[in-house]
Amino acid sequence: MSIISLIIKREFISKVRNKSFIVMTFLSPLLFVALAGFVGYLSSMKADTKQIAIHDESGLFVKEFTSKNKKDADYKYLDLSLVDLQYLKDSITNESYEGLLYIPKSTNSKELENSIQFISNDSPSISFTQKIQNIIEAKLTKTNLVNANLDTLVINKAQANVNINLTKASGEESVKGLNEIKIGIGGAFGYLIMMFIIIYGNMVMRSVIEEKTSRIVEIIISSVKPFQLMIGKIIGTSLAGLLQFFIWAAIGLLLMFAASAFFGVNVGPTARISPELMDAAQQEMAGTVQMYIKELWNLPIASILIGFVVYFIGGYFLYSSFYAAIGAAVDNQTDSQQFLLPIMMPLILAVYIGFFTVINDPHGTVAVIFSMIPLTSPIVMLMRIPFGVPLWQIAISVTLLFASFFAVVWFAAKIYRIGILMYGKKPSWMELYKWLKY
Amino acid sequence: MSNILEVNKVVKRYGDYVALNEVTLAVPKGSIYGLLGPNGAGKTSLIRIINQITLPDSGQILLDGEKLQPKHVQYIGYLPEERGLYNTMKVGEQCLYLAQMKGLSKAEAKKQLEYWFDRLEIQGWWNKKIQELSKGMAQKIQFVVCVLHKPKLLIFDEPFSGFDPVNANIIKDEILKLREDGATIIFSTHRMESVEELCDHIALIHKSNKLIEGKLNDVKRKFKTNSYEVGILSDNVEGLMYDITQKFTVRPANFKSLNDSLKLEIQLGNASPNDLLSLLTKRGQVNHFVEKIPTVNDIFIQTVSDK
Repeated sequence: MSIISLIIKREFISKVRNKSFIVMTFLSPLLFVALAGFVGYLSSMKADTKQIAIHDESGLFVKEFTSKNKKDADYKYLDLSLVDLQYLKDSITNESYEGLLYIPKSTNSKELENSIQFISNDSPSISFTQKIQNIIEAKLTKTNLVNANLDTLVINKAQANVNINLTKASGEESVKGLNEIKIGIGGAFGYLIMMFIIIYGNMVMRSVIEEKTSRIVEIIISSVKPFQLMIGKIIGTSLAGLLQFFIWAAIGLLLMFAASAFFGVNVGPTARISPELMDAAQQEMAGTVQMYIKELWNLPIASILIGFVVYFIGGYFLYSSFYAAIGAAVDNQTDSQQFLLPIMMPLILAVYIGFFTVINDPHGTVAVIFSMIPLTSPIVMLMRIPFGVPLWQIAISVTLLFASFFAVVWFAAKIYRIGILMYGKKPSWMELYKWLKY
Repeated sequence: MSNILEVNKVVKRYGDYVALNEVTLAVPKGSIYGLLGPNGAGKTSLIRIINQITLPDSGQILLDGEKLQPKHVQYIGYLPEERGLYNTMKVGEQCLYLAQMKGLSKAEAKKQLEYWFDRLEIQGWWNKKIQELSKGMAQKIQFVVCVLHKPKLLIFDEPFSGFDPVNANIIKDEILKLREDGATIIFSTHRMESVEELCDHIALIHKSNKLIEGKLNDVKRKFKTNSYEVGILSDNVEGLMYDITQKFTVRPANFKSLNDSLKLEIQLGNASPNDLLSLLTKRGQVNHFVEKIPTVNDIFIQTVSDK
């Protein structure tokens, strides 16, 4: 045991002392903040308002676009129904219109449905065409209803506007948007685990390759068992990873405090405008924020944090064993590519499943299955936990994860043991299989 | 004299390839034991098994009478042929780390390190990184790492490669001193002159089998052909040649001599050297008469090419 702790210590110190670790640890949060600031700055910049020319021969729709109460920051609609259509078409480029919406003259709504055109040089975005369609559809439906001699007032009254209140079985009312928070939290933790697995798994691999190419490995394993060396390396590297994580967390908190202080100053002047209004707004805001905070506390925070630690350890150890075995099997990093791909795939798959399936249906079959499979469970299950996962599922998933971790470590140790003493040839999959049997 | 290491019918296979075929060896305490064999003979496999880097498929190994087990790593010092240290780690830290792995306490390791750094006059290297050192310098560090924990059994695989003659000599003296202090040394090399110079026991492994083992002198005695090198000044060379070819097998010999004498290698068969000598003295003036002792090199080449 003391030998393993010796190895852990060395691995940890050599990782932490490495210049790239120091640079990564302290520079990447700054980079992240700078990047976030840059993106924020870019998105706060007013995008150029795009001009859309409307040639509405029917005269039915143009008001729907140009009327004042329909604000649209991105698009400005120009009523050019009186201008010659051909001239308009020709001038799309010259007049720098984004496009021309052409509505032919027709009283037959069925005919209109399919005869409206949008003419542009570049194909418009899906959201934009959707928007135009919605406006025209709404107007057309209204017209049809009027034509059918139905009272618009009655119709407006009849128009249902459903707003579902989310309530948990325990009876507490939920705030809307909580799901987004859950997704955000689950996604962030799942993504974090993936990043840590890749970054620190690679570090383990590099460290194994370094020992192999510098040939020190033969000296070391004449004193310790390869298994001890491998485990020590994995644990030591993970500690360096955790240290980095805690430093980031600390820096993140500091930055958050700094940011709130900074914005607190910014908010000041606006308060002067109207104290009463501000008060009301503040109260309302405070109410919502309180609700959110309350809801945040109602999240299974304990399970999320414990889940993060457990799945981080399980997932990281599982993948690091693969990385260590690969490092032992190859002579240099370029040779490692063919073995790395099969490792990356489940990770990427897990993130995709997390972001597509879990969000749609956190407790659906796909989500449940992939939160059980050990290679994807650390990521998928973490994304599910904020939505509340039955304990038995977590129990199965964790058991499977750690059982397969021990199995993989056993296999990896076998490959490792043989691999670290093999030089000069790039092993094939077949060869790795043979090593397992030695 | 008891044996510090006994290897009993050790078999090691890699897939279908047999690397060691029931190899049995006994290394006496206090000896310098030359482990010889052509490339790929299985020496490294054997050394790795002794170091518990790999396990034998069958057979057993006794260290100092006990079955080889993990705690024995601290009694063995190993200098592998492929040298390597952590390139970016400082020399001192690295040596401390490797010594602690062999079971030394940190304080003890430090004490030993200082002793060895003084002895090899490399005190200034403590804070250098390996990548700043030359190959020969790194080799010295490696040697220190190997002997730091005062092992009972030292295994050197090509210890002199990479050293200039001055440093090779320093290392050779250190090896001899270690033996005087009670260590046993297994010495694997292809440089036969250093085997001749240092070893008192040898074993020769060829194609996974042990072919020869024993005290160097015994082995040599076994390989000697009862031949003598003779230098003789004679007026009647033809008569002389006639006489000796009647009785013995004669070949021209090649040795250094200041005289312009006739140089012959004569195999005596069952006759005694005196028979030859009396025959020779009748025919001329003998100025060189030496029993031809096979060199390790001869033994090596003869054994390996016989098979």
